[in-house]
Amino acid sequence: MNETPLLQLRGITKSFGSVQALTEVDFEVRSGEVMALVGDNGAGKSTLIKCVAGTHAADSGQILFEGSEVHIHGPKDAANLGIEVVYQDLALCDNLDVVQNMYLGRETHDRLQRLKEPIMEQRTAETLKSLAVTTISSVRQPVATLSGGQRQSVAVAKAVQWNSKLVILDEPTAALGVAQTEQVLELVRRLGHQGLAVVIISHNLHDVFETATRITVLRLGRNVGLFERDKTTQQEVVHAITAGAPTKVSGIPETAAAGATP
Amino acid sequence: MSTAGVEVVGPSQGQGASGEEEPHGLAGLYRRGLDNVKSGNLGVLPIALGMVFIVVFFGFKATNFFTATNFVNIVIQMAGTAMLAYGVVFVLLLGEIDLSISYVAGIGALTVAELQLPGSGHQINGLIAMVCAVAICAVIGFAQGSIVARVGVPSFVVTLAGFMIWQGVILQRLEQPGSIIIQDRWINYTASYFFSHVAGWSIAAVITGVYGVTVAGGVLANRRAGVRVENIGLVLAKMLGVTAASFGTVAICNHAYVQGTPLGLPLAGVIVVFFLVVLTFLAKRTTFGRHVYAVGGNAEAARRAGISVPRIRILVFMISSSMAAIGGIILAANVNSVDLNFGGGTLLLNSIAAAVIGGVSLFGGRGEVRAGFLGALVIATVSNGLNTAGYATGIIYEVTGVILLLAVTLDTIARRLQVRSGR
Repeated sequence: MNETPLLQLRGITKSFGSVQALTEVDFEVRSGEVMALVGDNGAGKSTLIKCVAGTHAADSGQILFEGSEVHIHGPKDAANLGIEVVYQDLALCDNLDVVQNMYLGRETHDRLQRLKEPIMEQRTAETLKSLAVTTISSVRQPVATLSGGQRQSVAVAKAVQWNSKLVILDEPTAALGVAQTEQVLELVRRLGHQGLAVVIISHNLHDVFETATRITVLRLGRNVGLFERDKTTQQEVVHAITAGAPTKVSGIPETAAAGATP
Repeated sequence: MSTAGVEVVGPSQGQGASGEEEPHGLAGLYRRGLDNVKSGNLGVLPIALGMVFIVVFFGFKATNFFTATNFVNIVIQMAGTAMLAYGVVFVLLLGEIDLSISYVAGIGALTVAELQLPGSGHQINGLIAMVCAVAICAVIGFAQGSIVARVGVPSFVVTLAGFMIWQGVILQRLEQPGSIIIQDRWINYTASYFFSHVAGWSIAAVITGVYGVTVAGGVLANRRAGVRVENIGLVLAKMLGVTAASFGTVAICNHAYVQGTPLGLPLAGVIVVFFLVVLTFLAKRTTFGRHVYAVGGNAEAARRAGISVPRIRILVFMISSSMAAIGGIILAANVNSVDLNFGGGTLLLNSIAAAVIGGVSLFGGRGEVRAGFLGALVIATVSNGLNTAGYATGIIYEVTGVILLLAVTLDTIARRLQVRSGR
């Protein structure tokens, strides 16, 4: 695998006042792979994601998208690049139906701002179909009436609808039961198969090993390991999460090559 | 809808673009209605039944109630409250409140009265005066909305301050004269112009025609996109209902007389329906309306979706104040004057009660513009009925309060059933 990663972060550093949230973090994700981002609470997973999503600006470091450096100053910039984030709280409006949520803020309309409902409804049905989300019986039912797994599916479908290239999922299974978790993981795998780059943040190593092709471990704001799913064990990853040491000397990203921590 | 889990299966079983087929014919219509009632989606049913009860009750109780002339009275009496209630619907959809509307209505009325005042040196045409009044109140709404949306002061406090300030302005201006008589015919027409019989029929025909074309266009567009096939029975029933309502209204109005002079369709009624249609369109068919519902449902989700939440909030407070101005003008025109007490009394609470009785949630995101219309109709009918039957003002307030409580209780119970039925 020597292709250019879709997203590449180099030496991202971010501090909030005296708190050093991220120190010289390198990270990458390729198209068609599911990259897991794991770490204990406070490891800096969310901060790293927010730097990519445009919610936070990194203090220093480079963001490369499709090989060229980009500057992401806000969620709009991220969306324009094709980066979509599905947050833990999903950001769906309960009072609106599936179609209305899928198109929220990007409604199809004519010059008089009149909504084109039939087109939106048709495309929503197509998107859900392409993702094989079949349990939602009507795209016109309010999101309030959906189960947790169905909501997650809608949130993911909303993220991929806009020709996005990179989808970041923040704890997508945290609030779900066993059966619903399985369905959402299946959906995540399918996104990878469809050629999207997927980043999944999770506490649950079972979920991670079920879906991810590679695993990045953060600890105390540093990248402490990059693992290939097929060449590692949960034991090894847990060790990195709890006691991993940085694998690279700052400024020399090559040393962060695939492999286990010493 | 008690799906146990998300079932993700192969694409072959994927959802067809045609979506859910609805049952056809009258049986399907009945079943759909029953499903709605069971799941707590009562719609306009309670209000419709309530109205029937109210009309029948007063029809027997008061001799002068069930007459064409009194029907016209009710239409004119509800017009002002309905205008304010329309604005309240939008504010409540955001989950905010606007307590200033009654005195903003007063500012609107005062502005037209001042601008039409003969011999004041700044007398202008009533039509222009009305436009100025609405514009001034829109600016008031912009200011109040900006403090709510940009500074973050709760709308309750901002508009409570507005309530006091605008009342103060009215008192200050009218302390000396006590009241200003409105003589401009254009302004007074908003409450006292009646269309000729022929014009009334034409208006009914236009409303029916426009509604029919719109609905048919919607059905065709859905067909073309291959989504949802509507229940033809329901569509026809709705068309029939609108036709009957518009022609029926005109027929009744054309039979109304005051001291031997024939009346007709009142302009105030046409204004009420005009804004019902325009604001419903705005709320349901435009991006702006969609964003209002989104901000009311989940402001954070709306913000993340790239919607400018402050902009939506400010615009809604501008709508609220503008509608208040129009309502104020109609109310002033109805008595041909603006006096010291204008905007006081029950105007504010009746307007909010109207929206809530009509089914708008106080917590945002749920409700329709027609709620303002239906609620104002109920309140005007009850108060007119009690008046005609000779009851005291105290009774009117008590009954209105009970209706408000009933409406909200019914809605709450229905909603609880809805949760229980798993929707």
